[in-house]
Amino acid sequence: MTDAKPISPAEADQRVDAEVSGGVTEGEGPQLLSWDSRARRIVTVYIPLVIFLIVLLFPFYWMAVTTFKPDNELLDYKNHNPFWISSPTLDNIKKLLFDTDYGHWLVTTMFVAIGSTFLSILASVLAAYAIQRLRFRGSDYVGLAIYAAYLVPPSILFIPLAQVVFQMGLFDTPFALILTYPTFLVPFCTWLLIGYFKSIPYELEECALIDGASRLQILRRITLPLAVPGLISAGIFAFTLSWNEFIYALAFISSTENKTVPVAILTELVSGDVYHWGALMAGALLGSLPVAVFYMFFVEYYVSSLTGAVKE
Amino acid sequence: MDASTWVAKRPTPSALAQLFDNKAFLIAVCLFPAVGLLLVFLTYPLGLGIYLAFTDTEIGGNGHWIGLENFEYLLTDRIFINSVWNTMFYTFVATVGKFALGLWLALLLNHHIPFQSAIRAIILLPYIVPTVLSAIAFWWIYDPQFSIISYVVVDQLHLRDKYFDFLGEPWPARWSLIVANIWRGIPFVAITLLAGLQTISPSLYEAAMLDGASPWQQFRRITAPLLMPILAIVMTFSVLFTFTDFQLVYAITRGGPINSTHLMATLAFQRGIPGAQLGEGAAIAVAMIPFLIFATLFSYYALGNRKWQQGSDND
Repeated sequence: MTDAKPISPAEADQRVDAEVSGGVTEGEGPQLLSWDSRARRIVTVYIPLVIFLIVLLFPFYWMAVTTFKPDNELLDYKNHNPFWISSPTLDNIKKLLFDTDYGHWLVTTMFVAIGSTFLSILASVLAAYAIQRLRFRGSDYVGLAIYAAYLVPPSILFIPLAQVVFQMGLFDTPFALILTYPTFLVPFCTWLLIGYFKSIPYELEECALIDGASRLQILRRITLPLAVPGLISAGIFAFTLSWNEFIYALAFISSTENKTVPVAILTELVSGDVYHWGALMAGALLGSLPVAVFYMFFVEYYVSSLTGAVKE
Repeated sequence: MDASTWVAKRPTPSALAQLFDNKAFLIAVCLFPAVGLLLVFLTYPLGLGIYLAFTDTEIGGNGHWIGLENFEYLLTDRIFINSVWNTMFYTFVATVGKFALGLWLALLLNHHIPFQSAIRAIILLPYIVPTVLSAIAFWWIYDPQFSIISYVVVDQLHLRDKYFDFLGEPWPARWSLIVANIWRGIPFVAITLLAGLQTISPSLYEAAMLDGASPWQQFRRITAPLLMPILAIVMTFSVLFTFTDFQLVYAITRGGPINSTHLMATLAFQRGIPGAQLGEGAAIAVAMIPFLIFATLFSYYALGNRKWQQGSDND
């Protein structure tokens, strides 16, 4: 099936035209199967792919362009091409950094994200180890119950949780978030780590047991070092999820300085009827950047945990 | 090292170490943090939420048991009924859109294309970035005066002579939200389905080609059935999280114009937290539970199929 007919450029162009006008696509019969020319690939694969990329990335481009635009260009499409910036400015970013509590929000968000990630990973590692390695009667059901917890979305929990948080005296403190985020982080991380522990040969642990290692030593010296990729995946996922969380942070935090970045940008920068789009977009850009940069460093782990969790 | 020194070197473990070698104790210790957290902050609130739905609790006050009164009131409340229809419409259209486009994107990425992993990384960006912040970008794109879409369509292409009023009228606002939701959902669907596509053996396609199957027949007879188990799981999650979506609507329209774009989650928030009617908000949230149970059962049976698909033992 490799004997593709050589096609002259003119012929190829004709085929592109035919395809663009809705001609040749499917059901052409077996004789066309070997015809996998460049032109066909460009029309059926590359052009749609480029359109997808443009659509998926345009809001980010627009965010960035708006951030660096001076106000007169921002609101005047007649004299300035809106897709480009003639005289870029840092005014909006300066305004965000110095006229608002942005630094404060960033520190709070970081603290909450790291705290809840740490707590969730600790709880998940122990739970996954117990379920997958210590194997007891009903361990499958405990695993299933923890998985089911992932199917309980925050939207139906935040009202009663607000009361629980209030009764515990945690309302309007970062600890309200650090303790409630594990409700959606622990199920996911546990499920992910069970999968990882499964891939580590049990014989290694048996050898260590015979050599007289205790269970805790086995977990610390053998299982955990081998599960490091799994721990990184779970950690990254937990960190980005807690960075992005919105509804709990909106419901449990009321004072300006304790807000997390996503909530603060929406509730503190939108004031009155006049929206300062430049500053808003600067806030959106700077709030997205840390997590985007963090993600770019660990893309492979991230993708593997995302797809692994679904396949598990 | 001979046997005698080995015995001599081994210290007697302390009482604490012995305790930790007791399997039952160790299991209890290991499960305690996860199970404890989930019981206190998930199971208990879930029960409390169902209880609150039958009371007239307000913020800062103790409620009284009022039976089904909240639900009876909600059934006469046009805004609530509207939000239920809205949620179902939003979930249905957005899910169809996300899966049609997401599957298409996954099929495109499954070709041998240059920079595949880089493209995959970039495509996930809408999923990584905080939803509220990209929602703010969409809010700006949907601005009545300075919308870039209006600019292109009206001022550049001259296809219309009036600017779009994306968020000022109920139906345009609903469609605008659905588009934003689809935009955010495509990456997750595409990347997870791509993982599913990559597990399908190429030899199946070769065999089909030799038998003279058309691309559509290959998709229909090989790709679709083998992708079904993973598709079912991804769809369960997608439906679950679209149905309970809150951030996009809250950030872009806050339920407006005139409460026409409220989803059940945003209505529950509006009544429960700023409106201080915790009982009524909880009742709206509890009304979502039947749908979630349906999605969970669906997921459970799809998980059952997975074992068969991967051909591994039930482990």
